[in-house]
Amino acid sequence: MHIKSDVAISDSGFVFVPATGESFTVNPIGAAIIHMLKENKSVEEVSKQIFENYKTDMATVEKDMNDFVAMLKQYSLIDTND
Amino acid sequence: MEKQRYERPLIKKLESSMPNKFGTRTEYVPMTHIDDVAVKDLIDKYESPLFVISEKTIRGNIRKARKAFENRYPKVQFAWSYKTNYLDAVCRTFHQEGSWAEVVSGFEFDKALNNKVDGSKIIFNGPDKTEEDIRKAIQHNALIHIDHLDELYSIQELATKAKKKARVAIRVNMDTGIYPMWDRFGFNYENGQAWDALNKIMRSEVMILEGLHTHIGTFMLSPNAYAVAAGKLADLAISIRDKYQHEVKYIDMGGGFASKNNLKGAYMPGADMNPTIDEFAEAITSTLINSNFKPDKLPLLILETGRALIDDAAHLLGTVISNKRLSDGRRTTIIDIGVNILFTSFWYDHKITPAQPFTQYTEDTVVYGPLCMNIDVIRDNVNLPLLNKGDHVVIQSVGAYNMTQWMQFITLRPRIVMIDTERKVHVIREKENLNQLLEFEHIPDHLKDFNL
Repeated sequence: MHIKSDVAISDSGFVFVPATGESFTVNPIGAAIIHMLKENKSVEEVSKQIFENYKTDMATVEKDMNDFVAMLKQYSLIDTND
Repeated sequence: MEKQRYERPLIKKLESSMPNKFGTRTEYVPMTHIDDVAVKDLIDKYESPLFVISEKTIRGNIRKARKAFENRYPKVQFAWSYKTNYLDAVCRTFHQEGSWAEVVSGFEFDKALNNKVDGSKIIFNGPDKTEEDIRKAIQHNALIHIDHLDELYSIQELATKAKKKARVAIRVNMDTGIYPMWDRFGFNYENGQAWDALNKIMRSEVMILEGLHTHIGTFMLSPNAYAVAAGKLADLAISIRDKYQHEVKYIDMGGGFASKNNLKGAYMPGADMNPTIDEFAEAITSTLINSNFKPDKLPLLILETGRALIDDAAHLLGTVISNKRLSDGRRTTIIDIGVNILFTSFWYDHKITPAQPFTQYTEDTVVYGPLCMNIDVIRDNVNLPLLNKGDHVVIQSVGAYNMTQWMQFITLRPRIVMIDTERKVHVIREKENLNQLLEFEHIPDHLKDFNL
């Protein structure tokens, strides 16, 4: 699973898609996830990283990651060739 | 390295100038404490959900309301509307502040007596007074506000039998320019019903006409409607004085003043738009003072204000059960507060505030209760900070009607605590348990056993 290569994300969490002109905001944890996915890390690797960095449990991370990835798909930010 | 505080990841599409039903963000600071008592401590000790009533706010509200009227009018009496919230601790707080009792059933009448309110300071309203209720009211010298002619004839008969005079008033309904007109209660002013009833009372030897009563509606947003109503009651009182040389002792303007809650469908927040108690006081008192009452014969002004005095004195604490997403992508949050204990969520867009710190990120959210029923919606659309499972929320301004109209449905009713003016927490109603409910039930013998 990869974030589309033309999706740009700023350090402050502003996401811009040049192809469509759409823009999004993400919170810091959302930005961290997108950055990691852009680095070609798998969802499992990202989840593990989040669990290690934040005060939470793995079940919560998995549930929220599923939801977040579904939203990325809904907004067509995921490369469909995956 | 210490782990950071977790917040669920959020992505939000930016849609400038696209209006939606969720509106803009309303929550900027968490509500971690109520009257300096930590919400977390309250939930840890008394469980979730939990109603929390602030004695300090109740006393502040009634004192402010009294001041608003007493600064403008010489004789003012408040009567606590039992149906709005008849928890004994709440009623007694109002009674300590000088309020009489206003009741609308035999059960509420007994509750007022049980609260040691003298019968002569109980106002008995409502369309359903049984013969037993009327006998009791006459016996205790209560003020009976007659709703219809059948009741008037019953009082006539029962007072005659009891050889005791009944202290009565009539409830008058009228056109005050607002819609809907509440003409189902009492006698109509415009078509002469009220005058007809007054003539009957004045000719009776067993009824004493003590006052005139009206209650023009609920959650009224127009102080001017009260001015119209006060003018019409003043006209009736002066007509009685002129015809019978009888001075009515009081004019009871009922209740119905809006609280600061947000009515569903309203564009602006209730806290900014709804009239203040001073505006209602000004409308009523200036009309009475400018009427044809002689200055030394002004009647006592009775107010039965309920909602405006208790709504913001109570909070409902709850806990997030789960976050989900609907098929159309909308975020939903399920909390442990259902419409069975928050009846007013059908009328209001209640303010929901997280009880723990949050970031500036928000999400358009539908807030559901825990009931397995489709109607269990606490907020159809609200822009909320990101909540995690187990987080606590505070629903504000829930003091009116919820603790009387709540029902045991699917879940049992929770505890209610009151924080006193010294910040001490008292349980004023215990949570329900299964055995209490089973006490009402009987199982026929042939249904006692079965094999599955």
